[in-house]
Amino acid sequence: MTQTITLNVNGQALKAQAEPRTLLVHMLRDELNLTGTQVGCDTSQCGACTVLLDGRAVKSCSVLAVQAEGHKITTIEGLARDGTLHPVQQAFWEKHGLQCGFCTPGFVMTTVELLRDNPDPTEDEIRHALEGNVCRCTGYQNIVAAVRSAASALRGSRRPGAAVSGG
Amino acid sequence: MIPAAFEYTRARSLADALKAAGTRGTKVIAGGQSLVPLLRFRLAQPSVVVDIGHLPQLQGIKRAKQGTVIGAATTYRDLLDSKLLHNTHPIIAETTAGIGDRQVRNRGTIGGGLAHADPASDMPAVVLALDAVLTLQSRRGKRSVPARKFFKGPFATAMKKDELLTEILLPFLPQGAGTAYESFEQAASGYALVGVAAVVAVSGGAVTHAAVGITGLADTPFFAASAAKLIGRTPNKEILRAAAAAAVEGVSANEDIHASAEYRLHLARVAVRKALTTAAGRAG
Repeated sequence: MTQTITLNVNGQALKAQAEPRTLLVHMLRDELNLTGTQVGCDTSQCGACTVLLDGRAVKSCSVLAVQAEGHKITTIEGLARDGTLHPVQQAFWEKHGLQCGFCTPGFVMTTVELLRDNPDPTEDEIRHALEGNVCRCTGYQNIVAAVRSAASALRGSRRPGAAVSGG
Repeated sequence: MIPAAFEYTRARSLADALKAAGTRGTKVIAGGQSLVPLLRFRLAQPSVVVDIGHLPQLQGIKRAKQGTVIGAATTYRDLLDSKLLHNTHPIIAETTAGIGDRQVRNRGTIGGGLAHADPASDMPAVVLALDAVLTLQSRRGKRSVPARKFFKGPFATAMKKDELLTEILLPFLPQGAGTAYESFEQAASGYALVGVAAVVAVSGGAVTHAAVGITGLADTPFFAASAAKLIGRTPNKEILRAAAAAAVEGVSANEDIHASAEYRLHLARVAVRKALTTAAGRAG
């Protein structure tokens, strides 16, 4: 039996229909047409479905949609502002932090959370933070480079007088 | 896969949660990082799922007279962020940093993990070494069970069918104690092939307290009682190596696709020695 779920997705308050057994990732993709969040595995390992739930990175394949009732979700679609990529997205582009791009939304979402908690992570801290995201193309080197570049861009944008990026 | 159909409600009170725990066909969910995968594979097919993750009574980390008390639905993330725990029991953060991955730690809860009792999970070794006390609650009342009597087998605990794990008490460490967690992980899953938690206190060059908890090695995480024989000894290389050998002696080790029994026993001896050495080095 479907339930009505009231939640906030990418800054927008909305209602969605889902059965209790519906996984958050399926509600986002199939009900809300937010197909940037990917399903990459069936074992909670790949991280392609990572979204922010109240600002924290979670695997939306391991959360029931009904558990998101009353909470705030941010997906990859919620990062760009007025056609301008979020600094993390921009950095993945510039540093070739992707090849096929399938895992990228998950990496970007985890990175957004990481850089909020730790604006200047070391390489070890970056690799540890991204342990729950799997990429089969890049070998991770360029992803780490992208995260470092994004960190630097975000630190720059936090200087007094500079525009503060959203997301 | 998609889970089999079930009904979902949120507990509005601890009483709701306890009622759910005592109802046939009902499963409680908090972080869901073990349960949702089980639902997805249809290894669990409850007719009702009751969410207890948001109940304030089950959240938080606070100082009590006997030690630090952790609400069962406190997330791993909150354990990592707790200054109080960093001060009273640094082994919690040391271990938690290696549990699952960032996303899993953001959502998974300490109580959920302990009650799930995966024989390869990390935290059981720690609560065994720390001599933690678990509060189990049901509509019949409340009881305290030492961690050392809690784990009964793979995914099996001392919890009765109607009981809920509500709190974990970590007694204050003995004066001058050092702690350490050492593990060898299966590379893909991150689960421990072997994980060892050690508490060692040293005074005047001699050991005054030693406790070791071991996970992953056998089908049940266990407290290695032989470590207490270190008391009164000097924690040097030879003595700690012998203590490590004694800790796993006679243990029937798991054997699977990831490691033979013999290899697990070897890893366990190495991990116990390293954990004891690091803990002793941090003592004082």
